[in-house]
Amino acid sequence: MHEMSIAQNIINLAENAAREAQAQSIHCIDIQIGEFAGVMIEALEFALQVAVRHTLAEQAQLSIHIVPGQAVCEDCGLEFPLSQRWALCPHCESMRYTILAGDELKIKSIQVDTLSESEGVQHV
Amino acid sequence: MCDTCGCGDTNHVTIRKPIQEHDHHSDPTDQQEHGHTTINLEQDILSENNRLAERNRGYFEAKEWFVINLVSSPGSGKTTLLEQTIPLLQGTLSVGVIEGDQQTMRDAARIEQTGAAVVQINTGTGCHLDAQMVRNAVNELDLQSPSLVFIENVGNLICPALFDLGEAHKVVIISVTEGDDKPYKYPTMFAAADICIINKTDLCPHVDFDLEKCMEAARSVNHHLKFFPLSAKTGEGLEDWLEWLKMPR
Repeated sequence: MHEMSIAQNIINLAENAAREAQAQSIHCIDIQIGEFAGVMIEALEFALQVAVRHTLAEQAQLSIHIVPGQAVCEDCGLEFPLSQRWALCPHCESMRYTILAGDELKIKSIQVDTLSESEGVQHV
Repeated sequence: MCDTCGCGDTNHVTIRKPIQEHDHHSDPTDQQEHGHTTINLEQDILSENNRLAERNRGYFEAKEWFVINLVSSPGSGKTTLLEQTIPLLQGTLSVGVIEGDQQTMRDAARIEQTGAAVVQINTGTGCHLDAQMVRNAVNELDLQSPSLVFIENVGNLICPALFDLGEAHKVVIISVTEGDDKPYKYPTMFAAADICIINKTDLCPHVDFDLEKCMEAARSVNHHLKFFPLSAKTGEGLEDWLEWLKMPR
């Protein structure tokens, strides 16, 4: 269940960035997970719900984007979609390829409510 | 409702596939949207562990410690392999071992019998070692320079794949009783490793395991993998593994 560690890392990174921006709370967190990054999305979803408790992200919307796999063949140069780690190049059937996308574990952005804003206007 | 972050949605988590680019999240500068400030991070979720792992790597290099991270499912023979390997290195290399298990000192006690310096990490409920745990453990290891250090990770073919410890090589061990299709089932680990040991080859006549098929499966996940088929129990194939360990680096 490494998804719990991943969830805690996401919340820590988001909280650090929010504190640096002197934000009062985190409104939303935008996460990118590659489709074969080795993360079970349902487990991550569950872990995030636990990890946000008593943090600036307690009320945050957590958006997980699954990034589709993409590879380039080292032999014929074809770029092709890759849905799992063990595919052959659809053109030359080579197993030598480089992964271009699909193994991401990334926090892309966060949206925060800052102190000065919330003092003035109530955002919906 | 904001299409990317789900502003206004009552659920905490939204999942979408495939990735949909969305203007206010892809602009590199902070900006206001719906009254909120967007901060673009573009940060690896495991960046803290990766940073600590790089620090470990630098420490190991400075100490001239050649560090190997042994990963496998429980029962593949990691500890037995070390029990057999360490005595055969005596007189050539100074060896240290960091043992990772959820509970007990059992593996550390077994390794201690070989004469190697050993530290046990108990992760409690944790399913993998991380760079900080390894850093804490190496502080307890009294080793000369140069040395060979084995980190025996928690027996788990899934979670340890994602956590860099600062090792020079990640060695995945599979035993012939586990089935030759294991690389297809747990591709992340075989993709993360650069060495693959196929253990318990002495049992090949008794089980449905095709060595070539297994290597083919592992290669299709990671064509850079180097293989050492061996039996830690009988010693068959151990020479190549030992030779690789002793290679000047």
